[in-house]
Amino acid sequence: MVKSFLTKIVTANDLLTGEVIYQTDNNSWTKHLIKAEILEQAILANERLEAAKLQEFKVVGAYLIDVSLSTLGPAPCHFRERFRSKGPSNYFHGKQAS
Amino acid sequence: MYKYNQFDKQFVQKRNVQFRDQINRRLNGALTEEEFKPLRLMNGLYLQLHAYMLRVAIPYGSLNSIQMNALATISKRWDKGYGHFTTRQNIQFNWPKLSDVANILDMLAKVNMHAIQTSGNTIRNVTADHFAGAAADEIEDPRPYAELIRQWSTDHPEFQFLPRKFKIALSGSPKDRAVTRAHDIGLRMIKQQGSIGFEVTVGGGLGRTPMIGKVIRAFVGSKELLAYIEAIVSVWNLLGRRDNKYKSRIKITVHEHGIEKIRELVDARFELLRKNFKGQDQRLLEEIRTYFAPPLFKTEAINTFLERYQLDQSFRDWTDTNTHKHRVESYSIVSISLKFPGDTPGDASADQMRKIADIAKKYGHDEIRVSHEQNIILPHVHKNDLPAVQRELKSVNLATANIGLISDIIACPGMDYCTLATAQSIPVAKEIANKFKSKKTAWNIGKMKIKISGCINACGHHHVGNIGILGLERNGIENYQITLGGDATETATIGNRVGPGFSAKEILPAIDQIVTTYLHLREEKSETFLQTYNRIGLTPFKRALYPETPNRKQKL
Repeated sequence: MVKSFLTKIVTANDLLTGEVIYQTDNNSWTKHLIKAEILEQAILANERLEAAKLQEFKVVGAYLIDVSLSTLGPAPCHFRERFRSKGPSNYFHGKQAS
Repeated sequence: MYKYNQFDKQFVQKRNVQFRDQINRRLNGALTEEEFKPLRLMNGLYLQLHAYMLRVAIPYGSLNSIQMNALATISKRWDKGYGHFTTRQNIQFNWPKLSDVANILDMLAKVNMHAIQTSGNTIRNVTADHFAGAAADEIEDPRPYAELIRQWSTDHPEFQFLPRKFKIALSGSPKDRAVTRAHDIGLRMIKQQGSIGFEVTVGGGLGRTPMIGKVIRAFVGSKELLAYIEAIVSVWNLLGRRDNKYKSRIKITVHEHGIEKIRELVDARFELLRKNFKGQDQRLLEEIRTYFAPPLFKTEAINTFLERYQLDQSFRDWTDTNTHKHRVESYSIVSISLKFPGDTPGDASADQMRKIADIAKKYGHDEIRVSHEQNIILPHVHKNDLPAVQRELKSVNLATANIGLISDIIACPGMDYCTLATAQSIPVAKEIANKFKSKKTAWNIGKMKIKISGCINACGHHHVGNIGILGLERNGIENYQITLGGDATETATIGNRVGPGFSAKEILPAIDQIVTTYLHLREEKSETFLQTYNRIGLTPFKRALYPETPNRKQKL
């Protein structure tokens, strides 16, 4: 059975700070998931990922994540990405503090 | 405490200059990540979930107040005001910026520290008994040998690209407090007919294929130790598998070839190598020993201690749980718990680190150790100073009286920080510690070692926990497997899996159920959890945890 395509976002870590970042539709990067470019087609998602990989002078380890969409914006499907988008549970650090 | 000589200083400085340049070249685009990654890992710099992480080596867990203060300063100036002490006696900073790392390393170099070989397929930081040089049951301080091994293994030209990482642990006592049997090489000191040597075990390790190390030689004289270790590592360097990283550790090599074959190869290699060791290592060892001379112990009577012990219940509780027998009668070994229930196991704030440094200087002959159980040790405290030490520790929330009890939990950083993790560990540790935080409950349960890993790599030593918890992912949700009966001591044992795993919501009730079962089934209060388990086995715990096993299996 062919697996249906899930909506995606390109993510990476910022080269200088290591912070979790997301690709935007103008080829730049944002710290905020809500401002990320939503990719609803597999071909486009792969193209955007390839574009991200070319920017390795400012980002590290770009990859695609699955997200679900609601009126609140995109939400990562996997719990690992939810943690990345928020910050650690033991301190008010990471994205939740910014 | 070993002090860098001119050679050590120049080596570390040169390496730091080199790495600073490599960082700059990465930042200006001259190096790709693929090129830079092995270089940063060689210098202990990882990229984790939310940020970079710098792992700093604390050789055999020993440091002094100047070094501890430097760690505090680094955490304040370039991180978020705290550090995480690890199960390999290291410290990790979770939030450094890439552009600050070279400055951090320069500050470390000033206090004789670095992050070299805290990653990569090299011989990692040598670990040792955290009571080394102080324990009443010790044959001899193992740290001079550990330092000799550290110097030999640092930047060893033959061992920079091993099949996989390689870990060595030493104990100078018949009691194994360094988990030597779960290391690639474990060294337990033995005195035989008046001479010092080591029982050498090989092929121990946790991770996805947990194994207890096997004795490769029952006694290696201390003078031949280095040649023998080199023989082991060089045999594995050629024989160890490089085609599959999951089969590359020496435990697999020993398993695939058999200990007899490995022993034969090592013996043959040893015969060749020992001729090359012409006494230089022994001269170096003698020089190293001078750095580890015991402090001048005070000889005063312990009246102040005795009076306070009689009068103060809180002091008595803390002393009973957090101090251990020192080889000098009037002294104690103090364990500072980094396990305040609800806090992250192994974390210390900059203020706490500074206070520990201050106390060590005032009352502890300026010696500090980090334990693999993620606590801090003051190895030499005169008993009369214990009341002042407890009082000062209280002022920074470090006087938790729970060493060896159920809330003294080992936990890896798990998915709160680690890219390899498959589940969170820290929230599970916090929940369990909070649940059992009352003194009455904890003391009633007695000695208990809970160890939690957030993935199969087992940094949290879950296989050798009396209760081990392994966090995995099952169908997109966190799932926690429980093992029982693990033992990290000289009677090292890998725990047995109790059955199907539990969700994040179910894991605390499951641990509670195990504890209740133990309390119900122990023969007397003095029978520890491990003793009860060894007497009755897994079945009663299984029955308690899985009253409706078939349905549960279907559900999972």
